[in-house]
Amino acid sequence: MEIDPFIFRLSIFILSIFVGYYVVWSVTPSLHTPLMSVTNAISSVIIVGAIIAALANNSENIFQTSNLFGFMAIILAAVNIFGGFLVTQRMLQMYKKKKK
Amino acid sequence: MSANLSATFYLISGILFILALRGLSSPETSRRGNYFGIAGMTIAIIVTFLSVGNFGTGFIYVLFFLVIGGSVGAIIAFKIPMTAMPELVAGFHSLVGLAAVFVAISAFLNPEAFNLGVIGNIKLASLIEMSLGAAIGAITFSGSIIAFLKLRGIMSGAPITFKGQHILNLLLGLTILVLIFYLCLSQSSNIFWSIVAISFLVGVLLIIPIGGADMPVVISMLNSYSGWAAAGIGFTLENSALIITGALVGSSGAILSYIMCKGMNRSFFNVILGGWGATDQSKSVSSKEQKPVKSGNADDAAFLMKNASSVIIVPGYGMAVAQAQHALREMVDSLKKNGVKVSYAIHPVAGRMPGHMNVLLAEANVPYDEVFELEEINNDFANCDVAYVIGANDVTNPVAKSDPASPIYGMPVLDVEKSKSVLFVKRSLSPGYAGIDNDLFYRDNTLMLFADAKKMTEEIVKSL
Repeated sequence: MEIDPFIFRLSIFILSIFVGYYVVWSVTPSLHTPLMSVTNAISSVIIVGAIIAALANNSENIFQTSNLFGFMAIILAAVNIFGGFLVTQRMLQMYKKKKK
Repeated sequence: MSANLSATFYLISGILFILALRGLSSPETSRRGNYFGIAGMTIAIIVTFLSVGNFGTGFIYVLFFLVIGGSVGAIIAFKIPMTAMPELVAGFHSLVGLAAVFVAISAFLNPEAFNLGVIGNIKLASLIEMSLGAAIGAITFSGSIIAFLKLRGIMSGAPITFKGQHILNLLLGLTILVLIFYLCLSQSSNIFWSIVAISFLVGVLLIIPIGGADMPVVISMLNSYSGWAAAGIGFTLENSALIITGALVGSSGAILSYIMCKGMNRSFFNVILGGWGATDQSKSVSSKEQKPVKSGNADDAAFLMKNASSVIIVPGYGMAVAQAQHALREMVDSLKKNGVKVSYAIHPVAGRMPGHMNVLLAEANVPYDEVFELEEINNDFANCDVAYVIGANDVTNPVAKSDPASPIYGMPVLDVEKSKSVLFVKRSLSPGYAGIDNDLFYRDNTLMLFADAKKMTEEIVKSL
């Protein structure tokens, strides 16, 4: 009997929730704001779907409705990716140890 | 690029994202962690281009839009003041949510491109996944917009409640599920659009009853939602990078919500159902009587602190509003020159988002090893000469320990009253967000400093 690939994806999903659970508990509370901005940035990996949507064309017209939604999603995700990683970087640069 | 190879690369970028979060376990490793995150994102994007393999005109447009969005993001990231981080994060959540909605719509309109079947005959599992992704994405979007407006002050932070609100939300939630069921039967695009529209509405209704000071929970919760939306899309696209990321972000937001709720000793549902503060206000006003208060000026405060051997600073949201963090650092510098030992005590829900105070203090060049969490520092108040409370209120209220009738009873609070003297910078005696009078104002060892947090701190610096 064959296993549905969905089950494999579900396994990845559930295991990742566990990984996330342990990794996030180990984040120091003073970095919770950067944690939020970086999770924001990485969840914009949804841009992968946006690129596929934008570039999918089965006709000459590259601006079908479905492509347009893809392009719009690219802009939104790109704002988030660059904004998220850069603002995280900016914040993390500010965390300094006591000068001895 | 073969599907197997690209799947392997997506897995690698998923692992890099895990390492990015792992890096945040300490400030030293955090910057490296951020680079892991950037590397993971770069890999995911390049692999997607290669596996689509379409480098025609469309590709140019994609790059163009990527640059436009990226520049906007970069400008925002460099310009945004640190005090506005909560709004920024809420705004970013809304973008993730809307992007998820757009991708889901696109997949519904052109399922062939995603190998999901053809229009009118989309695979059942994909249909469920994409409609769930779209629904959660839409809720994230409109909810985050409301949160953004409240944090920005464009919309009042007061909870908006009406009769039957929770029943309405419940009905709308059930309607979405029923519609998803019918969508699977009929594949009708009208039903799909209705799901998206109702979800937008639910997002708004879900956030309006939640008050301003509960925003740390709201932001964390929306963070979690944006993750689940991404995971839903990840299942649709059969993309492991998205599934891993979605799960990470989803659990991260959930844990932060839990930490925030625990910091207020309230259940998650209690916060979500909202309306706190609005109901308790009347009660506390009626019980309020005129009690004697000792108030002082900057010179008194400077004198007290200069002659202390240890001072603990308790910052709160008021410090962020007054932008007093830099003045505060200056004050601490002159105190240290006088040989005073200074540390900072941060309550988990101080500010409008998790870790808000820590970022502001870091911005003002306060070394992070002088900043302590509640559990780490609470015992030190008993041995401390002066507690300087700046912009915090409810999180210092001893009533949380003594009065079981108080709405904040059981909430962990900073034991500032145990220090020899308490300096309380506040504009007036008005109660905090919870609408509860703070017993601390009337204690013998409390000196009230009635002024704007920044102005008062600057004056203290001058007289030091």
